[in-house]
Amino acid sequence: MAESDNIVVETAEKIFADLADPQTVNNDKKDSWQAPLWQALSEAGLPLAWVPDDLGGSGASLADGFALLNAAGRFAVAVPLAETMLAGWLLAQAKIASPEGEMTVLPASPKDRITRDADGALSGRARGVPFAKAARHFAVLVHGKDGASIALVDASKGRIETGLNVGYDHSDTVTLDKVQPVAIKPAPSGFDQTTMMLMGGVARSLQIAGALESMLDISVRYSNERVAFEKKISKFQAVQHNLARLAGESAAALAAATSAADAIANAKSFDDAVYLEAASAKIRCAEAAEKGGAIAHQVHGAIGFTLEHILHRYSLRALAWRDDFGSESHWAVELGKLVANRGADELWPLVASR
Amino acid sequence: MTAALRFDPIRLPEKCEQLRKEVRAFLAEEIAAGTFDPHKPNREDTDAPEFSRRVGAKGWLGMTWPKKYGGQERSFLERYVVTEEMRVANAPTRRFFVADRQSGPVLIKYAPEHIKMDILPRICRGEICFAIGMSEPNSGSDLFAAKTRATKTDGGYLINGTKIWTSSAHIADYMIAIFRTSQPTKENRRHGLTQFLVKMKQPGIQVNPIGQITGQYEFNEVVFTDFFVPDDHVLGEVDGAWKQATSELAYERSGPERFLETYYVLTELVRAVGPNPDTRSAEGIGRLVAQLHTMRRMSVSVAGMLQAGKEPVVEASIVKDIGTVWEQQLPHRVRDLAAFVEETATNRETLERQLDFAIKTAPKLTIQGGTTEVLRGIIARGLGLR
Repeated sequence: MAESDNIVVETAEKIFADLADPQTVNNDKKDSWQAPLWQALSEAGLPLAWVPDDLGGSGASLADGFALLNAAGRFAVAVPLAETMLAGWLLAQAKIASPEGEMTVLPASPKDRITRDADGALSGRARGVPFAKAARHFAVLVHGKDGASIALVDASKGRIETGLNVGYDHSDTVTLDKVQPVAIKPAPSGFDQTTMMLMGGVARSLQIAGALESMLDISVRYSNERVAFEKKISKFQAVQHNLARLAGESAAALAAATSAADAIANAKSFDDAVYLEAASAKIRCAEAAEKGGAIAHQVHGAIGFTLEHILHRYSLRALAWRDDFGSESHWAVELGKLVANRGADELWPLVASR
Repeated sequence: MTAALRFDPIRLPEKCEQLRKEVRAFLAEEIAAGTFDPHKPNREDTDAPEFSRRVGAKGWLGMTWPKKYGGQERSFLERYVVTEEMRVANAPTRRFFVADRQSGPVLIKYAPEHIKMDILPRICRGEICFAIGMSEPNSGSDLFAAKTRATKTDGGYLINGTKIWTSSAHIADYMIAIFRTSQPTKENRRHGLTQFLVKMKQPGIQVNPIGQITGQYEFNEVVFTDFFVPDDHVLGEVDGAWKQATSELAYERSGPERFLETYYVLTELVRAVGPNPDTRSAEGIGRLVAQLHTMRRMSVSVAGMLQAGKEPVVEASIVKDIGTVWEQQLPHRVRDLAAFVEETATNRETLERQLDFAIKTAPKLTIQGGTTEVLRGIIARGLGLR
């Protein structure tokens, strides 16, 4: 996915380059870039890429949408594009039409629950919801004894305690207290909160992989410009080997994320193999965000630690994205349990099935 | 983007899965017949000539080679499946592995036709074993410092000098080696080395075994004294071995053997913790499985690029760098996680015996077939830093 070879990604990359250039965005203290960017993305139908035409979206394939998220990661895009895409995708699972405007999904953590009472009202608390403050609607996965439901909720009906993640993007706590949804329908058979978390996790994995590609790119470029001890720092073997490791982490993240995206795009159900792919992507990409980001900073030295430099737009966001839709620790425990439960002699057949 | 590294999500085609079933059934039969014990990677004698012939009879050696040389003209992805199943089962592949992976493809590319017709079918039948003669006492990673001389004489060359760390030289029927035919030039220090096919087990070649820290005798010192190699055993261009070496590296560096060498300890750990692991064990296993899955996906992706006729040298180097560092750390991580395994775990002894061996094996994994430092140099060159 490193080269844009489809029209969705080409369109998105052009918009990002024109309206979300990381240096321009970083220099703009008033965030005046946000509205034109969102408008351009909306006009191109990208936030509702995963929503079929008859439900108000642009009906792109899962694969194209995943490639779009990877591109968004390469630009460290800080508007609720991924969140609105996931919300539209979730609503479409229950054939609920998507409204216009920014959306986000809740819950955003595997441990949180939104439930429904006898009157049909929704209650519960969801922490770490990305861009809740910017959202006009929430797409909600509702936990129920008889299976999950999917609901569309007017964001103004929820109580929002705002917060920021380590990447300085909104990560808010949303409390629903007997809120009547705009629409609610049963989720398809077999679709539950775990399904939604896996999907969200793969979206974040692709964004992290994209951010790492850019971190590699700008780190290599910087090392070829910066002179120390009378030569370019790219000529020092210690620096070369650090960058080679960064390339490895970037490659691992990209491979894990694109493989998981491909698995979901072609899956008939969320079976153990898809679980392995999606959980692994989140775990490995989170590890790469830590290791790779540290190298990118090391190569840049003090300048990369400044607010003026764009590096933190990638490095901190990649770290923040680790937390959404289940951290790598969460998925590692769940994947470990799954593997242990299947038994030692079923581990290799599972790995080799992919 | 500077580095357009691509690892497309290649899937093994359906016919690979049928093949995988055949390989698993074959290996299960061999295990049942007592050919090898999959739980014992540290067995004394891994040279299993009869097993090698039976693998050949299955058509699983030289699988991708032309039929006229005994090959099957099957894909790299099919070969990949055979390789990984053999490795995971701890099958005794030493006798044929090097010939199948590396030596055969070199011969196909550079050997005269009559030699190909003679040797390649015998590799495919699992009859002969190859060694690779690269390192010397004073040239390891720095391949182009090799000094063993090949001096022109009537109808061929006389070889004098010493190769070292040569795996399987004590059982090998042939070696593909580089020898010095000219001095390096001022402009090109890589000039002057030539690749040769050497018939082993002849006067003029002395093979001295070298003990390894695992307790095994797998590699050797090979001393050549006025050993004659005929002209038709020159492989490729005289003085031009440096042009031939690089394109083979992608095959050598990206296969499943580059991250599965110590895999058995992970299987045994999962067995030891049982179906209901505590949180610590579950998290540890989950991370290791995620890392393993990712490397395998990268490795399969490179196999797909090879199948498509590309030369993914940088991608292959990344796979070997990450893969060998992982398989080196794996026994230590498993040891950490096994620290609190119940005393009553039925496979405790097996796990401890395996860890003992894997921990001793670990140091070589980031040295053999291209050190981590060399690999990172290649990756850095690919990034435009050198």
